[in-house]
Amino acid sequence: MQLTLEFGGGLDLLCQSVKIHHVDVTPNVENGKLTLRDLLSWVRTSLIKERPEMFMKGDSVRPGILVLVNDCDWELCGGHDTELEEKDVVVFISTLHGG
Amino acid sequence: MDCKIVGNGSADIIHEIEKLKLDKKEIENRISKLEAQLKADEAVQMKANQACSSYDSILDGHAVSSNGLTPGMIYRYSRHLLLPDFGVEGQINLAKSSILVVGAGGLGSPVVLYLASCGIGCIGIVDSDIVELNNLHRQIIHPEAYVGHAKVKSAAAACRAINSSINLVEHNQALQASNALDIVSKYDIVVDATDNLPSRYMISDCCVVMNKPLISGAALGLEGQLTVYHHKGGPCYRCLFPTPPPTAACQRCSDSGVLGVVPGVIGCLQALEAIKVASGIGETLSGRMLIFDALSSRIRIVKLRGRSLQCFACGDHADFTQQSFQSFDYEGFTQSPMSDKARPKLSLISDSARITSREYKDLIDRQEPHILVDVRPAHHFKITAIPESINIPLSALEDQISLVDSYLKEVAKDSGKSASLYVVCRRGNDSQRAVDFLSKNGFPLAKDIIGGLESWAQDVDPSFPIY
Repeated sequence: MQLTLEFGGGLDLLCQSVKIHHVDVTPNVENGKLTLRDLLSWVRTSLIKERPEMFMKGDSVRPGILVLVNDCDWELCGGHDTELEEKDVVVFISTLHGG
Repeated sequence: MDCKIVGNGSADIIHEIEKLKLDKKEIENRISKLEAQLKADEAVQMKANQACSSYDSILDGHAVSSNGLTPGMIYRYSRHLLLPDFGVEGQINLAKSSILVVGAGGLGSPVVLYLASCGIGCIGIVDSDIVELNNLHRQIIHPEAYVGHAKVKSAAAACRAINSSINLVEHNQALQASNALDIVSKYDIVVDATDNLPSRYMISDCCVVMNKPLISGAALGLEGQLTVYHHKGGPCYRCLFPTPPPTAACQRCSDSGVLGVVPGVIGCLQALEAIKVASGIGETLSGRMLIFDALSSRIRIVKLRGRSLQCFACGDHADFTQQSFQSFDYEGFTQSPMSDKARPKLSLISDSARITSREYKDLIDRQEPHILVDVRPAHHFKITAIPESINIPLSALEDQISLVDSYLKEVAKDSGKSASLYVVCRRGNDSQRAVDFLSKNGFPLAKDIIGGLESWAQDVDPSFPIY
C-alpha cells in the first residue's frame, strides 16, 4: 500500500532528518488490511533509526505526539484501529513548547 | 563651683536636646518618605489589581460619535472600519476587550505589538525575564537600549510609543499557579507565548478554571504550531496531551536554536486569532491546529479531536477547582522547569573522572601530553572551540571510537609519554555521557571538564565566545 508519511516537530531527527517518506507497506496477509497499529510497528522497525523510545511507548506513540491521517486527528477516525487506504497521508508531529 | 557644674550640665542637656530634636526630625522625614513610597506602591498594586478597564478609560472625556467611536479612533482605525466584515462593531469590540499576553519573547513580541496597534482596550504583559542581547534577533519588540532591563518594561514602552490611547498593565513577574488566578481573572482572553512545557499546562488549566479562551502558539527551530484552546466548546491542552512527554523530547530554543522570523510568523497569527476572538469575527482555530514548516514553506491545518469527556481539567466529571489548580505541581508533573534558562545538571560519573576548566588550563601550561575531544555536534564546533580540540560528536562516538585511540597514540609518539584523554562539551552534560561510554569501552581514564566551554569562558578565558 502506497502511503506518504511525514515527521514533524523534531521527529524527523529519529529517521535520518528526512521529513517526508513515500513508502510501500504490505497489508496483513490474512485480511489484506492495514491499520494504524500495523503502521506504527512498521515505522518502528523500518524507519526509526535511533532512540525508538522518543517515538513509541508500549504499542502506541509516546505522549506529546499527534497522529494525523489525511489532516485529521487519529482520535477522530478510530485511533489504532483506523484502517488505512491507498495514498493516505499519515503525519506524526511532536508538540513544540518553545517560543 | 556647683553652679558652674550645673551651668555646664544644662548646656550639655540643651545640646543633647537639640541633637535629639534633629535626630527626631530626620526620623520623621524618613517615616514620611517611606509612607509615601508605600502609598505609591499600593497605588501601583491597586491599578494592577483592578479589572483591566478598557473602553471607558480610552474614551476618557473625548466626544463620542453616535457609533461609540471618538473622531480620533475613527481616523486611527479607519482601515479597520472600512472592512465590511469588521467595521465599527469589530473595532468597538476590540476597544472593549482586555487581553493578557504571557511571555514577551519571540512569540509575544509581534502579539503585543499588533494588539497595541489595533486598539485592544487593555493589554496585560506578564514576564519576569530581562532583555538579553541574544534575544534581539527574534524578540523584535525589544531595542538594544533595553538590554539588561525588564522585558515587560521594554515591551510596554514600545506599545506606548505606538499607541498612547490604550491601557497597558505591566506584570513584571513569572506567571505561576500561585498568582495566575488573580492575574488572569482581570482579562477576557489569554495568549500563551511562553517557552516551556509546565507553563503550557498551567496556563491551559488556569484558562479552564477561569473560563477564558486561550490562544496558544509555539515555535522551535524552523517549525511552529498554533491553536485556540477552551473556546466555544473546543478542547483544552490536556484534552490533546493528557500525559506530558518525556523530558528528553522537550527541546528548547536555547539548545536547539530558532530562526528569528519563525516565532514572528506564529506570533502574528496568534495576534490574528486573538483579534478574531475579541472582535467576534470569522472562524478561529478552535478544534484545529495550524502547523508551519518554514523550511519547505508549508502550512498544514489539521482537525483536532474535540473536548475530551474524560479530561482531567475540562471533562464532564472533572473535579478541578481553583484550589486544586493553585496546589498543582506543574514542574513536578512535567519533570521540567518553568524557565527556558534553568538547565538540569547531570551527575552521571564520579568526581574522580572530572576536572575543572582551571585544572585543564594548568595541565596545558604544564604541557601534559593529552588530547581534548569535543563531543558537541559539528555545527556547534564551527561556532567556537578550544584550539587543538578534536570534534567527535557524541552521536558519532560509538562509530568513531577508533579515532580516539589513534589520536592518543599519535600524541604519545610525539611526546614519548603516554597521553591522557579529556572530553568537553557546551555545559558539561554530554561530556559526562561520553566519558561514561569511553570508560566502558577501553578508555577507563577518560575525564571530562566540569561545566564545559561555559566554565572555560567564565573561569579561564573571558574572551572565549559564549552562545
